[in-house]
This record gives sequence, structure tokens and C-alpha cells, in this order.
Amino acid sequence: YNKAFITTSNEKPFRLAVIGSGPAGFYTAYHMLRKYPNTLLDMYEALPIPFGLVRYGVAPDHPEVKNVQNKFDEVAQDSRFTFIGNVKYGQELNITDLSAHYDAIVFSYGASQDKTLGIKNEDSLIKNIFSARIFVGWYNGLPQYRDLKPDLSCTDTAVIIGHGNVALDVARILLMDIDELSKTDITEYALEILRKSRIRNVILIGRRGPLEISFTSKELREMMNLPNTRFHTDFELLKTEISTYSEYISRNRQLKRLMQILESADKNNNNNNNIIGEKSWTLKFLRSPIEFIMQRDQNVHSIKFNVNKLEGPIGKRIAIPTGIMEEIETGLVIKSLGYKSVPLNGVPFDEKRGIVPNKGGKVINLEGNEVPGLYVSGWLKTGAHGVIATTMNDAFETAEVIISDIQSNKSMLSPNTENKEDTENIKLGSKAILPILHNRGIRTVSYQDWKKIEEKEVEVGKQRHKPREKFGSVEENSSSNERHEQMQHE
Amino acid sequence: HKEVVPPKEGEGIKINFITREGDKVSIMANEGDSIMDITQAHNVDLECACEGSLACSTCHVIVEPKYYEKLEEPSDEENDMLDLAFGLTETSRLGCQIVMRKDLDDITVTIPSATRNVQFKGDKVSIMANE
Ligand SMILES: Cc1cc2nc3c(=O)[nH]c(=O)nc-3n(C[C@H](O)[C@H](O)[C@H](O)COP(=O)(O)OP(=O)(O)OC[C@H]3O[C@@H](n4cnc5c(N)ncnc54)[C@H](O)[C@@H]3O)c2cc1C
Ligand code: FES
Repeated sequence: YNKAFITTSNEKPFRLAVIGSGPAGFYTAYHMLRKYPNTLLDMYEALPIPFGLVRYGVAPDHPEVKNVQNKFDEVAQDSRFTFIGNVKYGQELNITDLSAHYDAIVFSYGASQDKTLGIKNEDSLIKNIFSARIFVGWYNGLPQYRDLKPDLSCTDTAVIIGHGNVALDVARILLMDIDELSKTDITEYALEILRKSRIRNVILIGRRGPLEISFTSKELREMMNLPNTRFHTDFELLKTEISTYSEYISRNRQLKRLMQILESADKNNNNNNNIIGEKSWTLKFLRSPIEFIMQRDQNVHSIKFNVNKLEGPIGKRIAIPTGIMEEIETGLVIKSLGYKSVPLNGVPFDEKRGIVPNKGGKVINLEGNEVPGLYVSGWLKTGAHGVIATTMNDAFETAEVIISDIQSNKSMLSPNTENKEDTENIKLGSKAILPILHNRGIRTVSYQDWKKIEEKEVEVGKQRHKPREKFGSVEENSSSNERHEQMQHE
Repeated sequence: HKEVVPPKEGEGIKINFITREGDKVSIMANEGDSIMDITQAHNVDLECACEGSLACSTCHVIVEPKYYEKLEEPSDEENDMLDLAFGLTETSRLGCQIVMRKDLDDITVTIPSATRNVQFKGDKVSIMANE
């Protein structure tokens, strides 16, 4: 990797700001630096620590997925790259600041909010109902959710609403062997609570049927291989669906393989009838939650569901309530309905699709016209779905579009100033922005700071036989050079 | 990934890459090297985000059919990842899982490109690797 790259040409460097340090930000940066060497790139991140959902989303028992951080590390070592952590774009930094000092901005700040159900009592203060985003953030050490303290010992049953990979991640964490889990980089405070967990049964509920599940075969296979855990589902429904839509299924590789895994689970169950797992997980179909019901002690008591039937052409079936109701008792509810993005300062936003409107990553306004110098990448560009590989390909696309815009001399960001002559040649990037941030009282975190923190994380982790122990939030008033000393850990 | 040393005179196995840019690159590799090892050692642009642990699908390559037949069937775990590969074809494999052997001499693999096909992207689902 081209560590010591020096901009040798006499051309002005291309100053690029990247907002967000998840896979989208890093892969866009990576592609720009290798395909357009004359780039100088600064990455701004709201959290003190980089990597977005790779660190705070990906399940602790999937360390292989996190190997991608090694690649990001390489990118960050490039002399043309600067990481500036602990800066919230939209609050502490805005588009006017950046326009004066960059040629272009890539927005890659992901999807930091929850989709909601919009049902009765969803917003009331019933205890032990969480969104998966918050629950995952809690066990993965996301600073703002470290004090969540879910109660996992008041009940033996958890309900997860949703049939995607995040739902399966949460189910696995709740059911996994605690000794296995304690060897991962899951936070120690979460492990404490999970050690006392009484949860034995996890029910995953979906609005539609088996053909509409959205998890992937790797994650489903993992669930089937959980030791000491039985799998339940409506096998009659499964069989009927598979035979009715066999032609449709045979045309869809991924669906076909998912159905094979589910079908063979039925056979395994029948063959092992006498081995009764101490724990269980259940896939329940055709249920839409309509109300959360509270116990006297404010804890959740149950969920009321509408039983659905499916209508419409296969591939686009929708759930229609039959009017039949059902109640399921549970002491813990995790809503895994998906993530959504928010609009931030200076960025056009398509509320309906929950993304920044764009053409291949080039930001367009709501009238469909290109906005000079603005680009978008990752979940903010595509919506919150897809794996890191998808995000990577998509980030490469955004970078290619930027390069082709540079080469065709499209107009980029111009500073908001009257006197253009003066400012034209002095875009200084973070050299100009850092003093502004520091003047605003913001304590920025550099990549070197992070590497020092990481060293400590690994050290503490070692004592606990874990790859690392993730540190928590930065003290508000710490001075930036001793920041890493002040990262709290349990 | 492991260290790749140049093969001894006359013992190398030839592998040809069609790169993301559409160029052909030929490399002499050793028996036992995986396509991931070879690309990393020779700076051929193939991402291997999970470093060969079957957890990512970024190392997806398309094998020429004649040679695809010679390879052992992909494992369930490889298939699970191929499910998610970008621009999957009938002869798609994961580069970290293909290991060089004598009978694969002169194999050609294509590295599918997301960006090369942007302009042809009529139907998002079936983006085809270069033809
Ligand atoms: C729970 C979960 C598990 C997953 N597991 C896997 C897996 O096992 N394998 C896999 O391939 N994929 C997995 N994914 C998908 C993968 O995480 C995404 O594809 C990828 O992270 C999307 O990248 P992104 O950069 O768009 O968003 P993110 O990773 O969310 O990055 C966005 C970054 O922007 C920052 N940011 C937000 N707001 C601001 C602001 N105002 N100013 C500055 N910065 C800001 C955030 O802090 C974050 O660092 C998982 C996703 C989730 C939710
Ligand atoms: S490198 Fe990740 S699957 Fe091959």
C-alpha cells in the first residue's frame, strides 16, 4: 500500500471531506486514494472511535467479519488521510464550514435511527421493550447505551419482532453458550447481565410468511447449529408454501437454499425426538403486533397480535389482517424493524425513501438537479440494507462518479464568500477546520489517539481472554492529549 | 494471507486474471497458493475483506467454465457467502477458497467489477460481469 505517497504533480490537490467512518466512508476513501492519487482526504466521525457498525453492529461472535478493520487501518496510515473523531456533523460542524475548505463532501453517516411500528403503547414507558439497534449498541459498547441494563432475569421468554439478520444476531446472543460468548469482544457489563439471564425461549415474529424472511443462509445455519437448542416453526405452513411456490423458489438461489435449511430442520427434529433441548427458538409467521401490554410493575407482560393472511402476487405479497387476535406473553421485547437515516445540515433528503436522493452517489436535490460537490455513500445512499460487501461495491461506485466528475471539470464546492479571487486557491481542509472545532470547545480524536486506545483495549481484553475490551465514552472535559487515559471501561 | 514465493523454474502454475479494468494479467503461482494469496502478493485488485474466513464474499471471482468443472464442489459455507456475491454467475467462486493445483494450469478468472458496469446497469439484480 502506497504509504508514503506524495502529491508530486503541480496540480492543486483535490480536497475531500468524508462524513462518517463506517465501511462506506472507508471504502470510498480507499478507492479515491488509489484511483485519484491527487486526493487529500479528511474523515469526520461523530464518535471518538472509527468503523461504525463494524464495531457497534456486527455481532461479537463474528470476529472474522471485523477483519475488514485491518483494511481500514491501512487506509488510515496513508499520509493523504486524516481521521477526526468526536465531531458531530450537523451540530458541531456544518456545510458552510466545509464548503470554504473542501472541493467536495461525501456523506456516509449511515442510518442512526429506528423504524417504528406505530402501535398502541409503543411510546409509553413500558420496561424491557427495546429496539434491536439500541440492544445491539448496548452489548457492543456503543457509548450512549452502556447504561441500558435490560432485565434478562425476570422472564424465560423473549420476543423479537422481525425476520432479518439483526433479529437472528440478537436471538443468538440471547441463546448462546455464555462461555463461548465470554471469549468474544462483547462488553463485560453486558456479559454480567447475560450471565444472569433466565431466557430460554426466543420467539421471532414476522408479518408475512416463510418466503418473505430476509435473513441469509449463513445466519440461519448458525441458529440451527446452536447447541442444546430446539427449533420450532409451523412446518405445515412451510411445506404448503414450498410446494405451492416451488417454481418461484427454484428461480431464486438464496431463497431455495434458505428453504432447504428450514426443511431439513424438520427432519432433524423428527430424528432427534428424544433429545429435548433445554432452550428453544421459534419462527412465527403471519403476525402483526398491534399493542404492547404492561404488567403492574411496569414491565412488559405481553404483545397482542393480529393474525394475517397473505395476498397479492408472489414476490410482492402483502399481509392482510384476518381480524383474529392473539396474545403472546413475554418479559422482553426486541423490535428489529430496521434502521433509518436522518437528514442533516445542508443535505437534501427524501423522507419517503429515507435516503439522500442521488444518482450513483452524486447528490441530487428534490427537483432532480445535481448539487455541486456533494456525494453520498453507504446506507445513507441505498437505505439500510445489505452487507459490508454490498456497501463496498456501492462505495466504489460513488468514488468512480467523483473521479469522473473531476475529470469532466464539473463544478465542485465553492466557498460562501463574496471575494472568490481570494479564497479560490487556499482550500486547506482539516488544517483550517481543526482550529475552528477547537475554538468551539470540541475535543477531537486523531487516528493515533484511537490506536493508543486500541492498544489498551487489547491489553485489558487479554486479561479477560477476549480479543479486546471496548472502552466507553470520552469524558466531556478531558483534554485531547490525555483522552485515551480517560476512556472509561468497566 | 500467507507469504507467496515465486515458483521454481518450470514448476509454476499459470493463472490469468481479467481485472476490474478488463485487462488480462498472467501470473506464475505455486501449488497450494489460493487465489487470495496470489492477488494480494501481486497487487491484483481483488478485495478480501474477511481475509479468507468465509465471512464476506468480496473475493468473488468468475471462473472460466472448463476449469470450473475441475474444481471441487463449493462447501455449504462457501455457498452461503456466494448467495450474497455481487453479480453472481453459474461459475462463480470465492477466491479465498480456490487453491492452485497442477491441473489448473492456465486457468482464467474474471474479477467482477461494480463500477465498470455502472452504465449498463439496466436491471440492478442481474449485473453481469464483463463479457
Ligand atoms: C446489527 C448489525 C449487524 C451487522 N452484521 C453484519 C455482518 O455480520 N456482516 C456484514 O457484512 N454486514 C453486517 N451488517 C451490515 C453492515 O454493518 C453495513 O453494511 C455497513 O456498516 C453500512 O456502512 P455505512 O458506512 O453506510 O454505515 P455505518 O457503518 O453505520 O457508518 C456510519 C458512521 O457515521 C457516523 N455518523 C453518524 N452520524 C454522524 C454525524 N452526524 N457526524 C459524523 N459522523 C456520523 C456513525 O457514528 C458511523 O461511524 C450489520 C449491520 C447491523 C445493523
Ligand atoms: S475473503 Fe472473505 S470470503 Fe473470501
